Amino acid sequence: MSSPTLPPGLAIQKADERIMTLNVGPQHPGSGHMRIIVQIDGDYIVACDPDPGYVHRGEEKMAEYRNYTLNVPHLERPVIHDSCNILYPYVLAAEELLGLEIPERAKYIRVIASELNRCIYTQYWLAIYGIFLGHSTMFMWPAGDRELLIDLMEKMTGARVTHSYFIPGGIRNDLPANFEDVCLRQVNYFEKRIKEYADVFYNNPILISRTENTGVLTRENAIKLGTTGSVLRASGVDYDVRKKEPYDVYDELDFETNVMKSGDSYARSRIPWLDMMESCRIIRDALQKMPKSGSVRVKLKPNPKGEIGSVYKRIESGRGALGCYIVSDKKVEPYRVKLSVPSFRNLIALPHLLIGEKLGNMPSVYWSLNYWPVEADR
Amino acid sequence: MIKDLITPQNANVFVGKLGDILEKAIDKPLGYAINWGRIWSLWPVHIETACCSVEFGAASSPRYDVERFGIIEAFGSLRQCDLVVVQGTITRKMAPRLRLVYDQMPEPKYVIAMGACAITGGLYFDSYNVLPGIDGVIPVDVYVPGCPPRPETLIQGCMLLQEKIKRMKARKFV
Amino acid sequence: MSSDSDKETIEKKPEESKPAETKTPEKPAVAKPAEEKPAASKPAPAKEEPELPAFEKGIADKIIEKFGEKTTISFVKPDRVGIKVGRDDIHDVAEFARDTLNYDHVDSVAGVDYPTDKEIEVVYHLSSYTDPTLSRQVLELATRAQREEDPIPGNDATKLPSLRDIFYSVEFHEREVFEMLGVYFEGHPDNRRLLLPEDWADLPPLRKDFRNKGR
Repeated sequence: MSSPTLPPGLAIQKADERIMTLNVGPQHPGSGHMRIIVQIDGDYIVACDPDPGYVHRGEEKMAEYRNYTLNVPHLERPVIHDSCNILYPYVLAAEELLGLEIPERAKYIRVIASELNRCIYTQYWLAIYGIFLGHSTMFMWPAGDRELLIDLMEKMTGARVTHSYFIPGGIRNDLPANFEDVCLRQVNYFEKRIKEYADVFYNNPILISRTENTGVLTRENAIKLGTTGSVLRASGVDYDVRKKEPYDVYDELDFETNVMKSGDSYARSRIPWLDMMESCRIIRDALQKMPKSGSVRVKLKPNPKGEIGSVYKRIESGRGALGCYIVSDKKVEPYRVKLSVPSFRNLIALPHLLIGEKLGNMPSVYWSLNYWPVEADR
Repeated sequence: MIKDLITPQNANVFVGKLGDILEKAIDKPLGYAINWGRIWSLWPVHIETACCSVEFGAASSPRYDVERFGIIEAFGSLRQCDLVVVQGTITRKMAPRLRLVYDQMPEPKYVIAMGACAITGGLYFDSYNVLPGIDGVIPVDVYVPGCPPRPETLIQGCMLLQEKIKRMKARKFV
Repeated sequence: MSSDSDKETIEKKPEESKPAETKTPEKPAVAKPAEEKPAASKPAPAKEEPELPAFEKGIADKIIEKFGEKTTISFVKPDRVGIKVGRDDIHDVAEFARDTLNYDHVDSVAGVDYPTDKEIEVVYHLSSYTDPTLSRQVLELATRAQREEDPIPGNDATKLPSLRDIFYSVEFHEREVFEMLGVYFEGHPDNRRLLLPEDWADLPPLRKDFRNKGR
């Protein structure tokens, strides 16, 4: 089918009256906040040029004007439903630059918050995937079940989606009283509930026929294109930053990574769902191993200054490896903050998956890339 | 005699006149009926502009279920829509597209500015690529503050819009 | 723990780059290591030998062994190796990193503007999926392009060779760096605008002389 040797974008050499150019988005139910320029020959896509940038808000430039703590609220805005995870690498990098050693309890709470947020993100993603495939039940179920975990996070952090919970030096506030029991109950119910998705969605013959063998990304191409997260693991590469480069306390927790070999839209849509079950396992394990008391935050000096140098930190977010590169020059503000976001890294796979595909398969292939345009644009 | 007056050429004029007469004669009750019809079938355009779309999606979820209040789920074709919910930040790249979407919608149309970014630029007040509010691009009916607003707040904003429509004059009903 | 070595190299940089510019403004890093290389490779491990992680040191040594004076180690931290390369050699070093060191993709490409040095740095973070020994490692390849006071993106001297023919995954990243900092990548097939509006006529926004409004 499509190979990375094909030049991307508008690769048509001569004007051909059979070829029609379509703008999918930015106002389109199947595009999200971006535009995909596709050229179709009959029903088949012959060229595809993603045009992101509709939500480019200049986060990286703004980060150069704010100090390490003030950067927290706006840096989580790119993915507000995965806000703990997008802050995670920034906070880890800032801690290394500021020379902070965070308490053990805070590390566990971070892991719990991060895993809860991964579930919240994946549920929203799954809900939209249902909409994209015209499967309304699959919108209602995850969107409803997600509220359970949002309640938990609200109890924990005080906000529905924009938590600003991770700060350099630990977390903002300790867990509320009786949180462990509530969390365990909710998570157990949640896990039971997501298992039911197999009946309505993953074993649904309509879904299987629509997603199997569409948009196949081979193992070699997945590595070559530098994709990450569920896209990579659906193509048979077992790479999860939580396992390979454990941060905070992930090396002490018991979990597995999910890998599928087929590399099609079905595998890419199934991996996040399997990851949610692992997340439930991690949360239960972390609740058990967590120190029951202790401080959760290192007191910061006002306007802390980072050491001269640069730090690159990676974590595994709901979409894949998320990196943050901070350059500091001993000032109150970081000299440069670069977020290397998984959506942006997976976007490069889109033209290669779509070329040769039917136009009707575009939404399922596009959204199976686990792409969140706001994050890619930053 | 009236039959002779109405020809296919001037039929439109007569219908238009009839409309004017109707509007003058039964303005209040007919307008009320039309507005009543409008407020319970507000179709939002499916245009996401930024991160508030997460909470807009949550408002359609079973827990909040904005459909109870007559706001139907976001819809793809803007020719059949009468409501733009501007879901967050409008960047310089998005602003012409938003205006284009608004211009293509049939009258009557209403705009809800959702989130701090859509109202004033919010958190991104000093960003180089973000407009300080969407008032300069399209006229706004209801402002829903928050970053992002909770789904309840969005529902309240929609209900305020319904109140507003109820008091509006249903001018263009013919 | 590695902050001392970082401080050294970064503080050295301005004074080192000045003589380099007077000699050859095009390739400052080639002239730089001639003085710095013995200082960076020999006394630095002697100072903190117990703290330098062996595996990462091995990677850095392999690159130094192959390219010698053309490259400089900027830091060796646990799981992180930073290498500075001149703009003429970045292509060869990247090819070496892919073929011999088994790095197979690029995590991120970050551009950093240094107005005082009159240079723009482009940092490639290489990582590997296929080699299990490298799964924790990130190799930072930093190279610098000449910075123009009045940039005309694409038509001035701010140019670097593209790594797209080596690492396919840099394609969108390099497009982003081009529009954000005005670094034109020679050999990139598709140097179009990506994120900024089509009518953007201002300076590239991540340059330090571009100020946000009110700041």
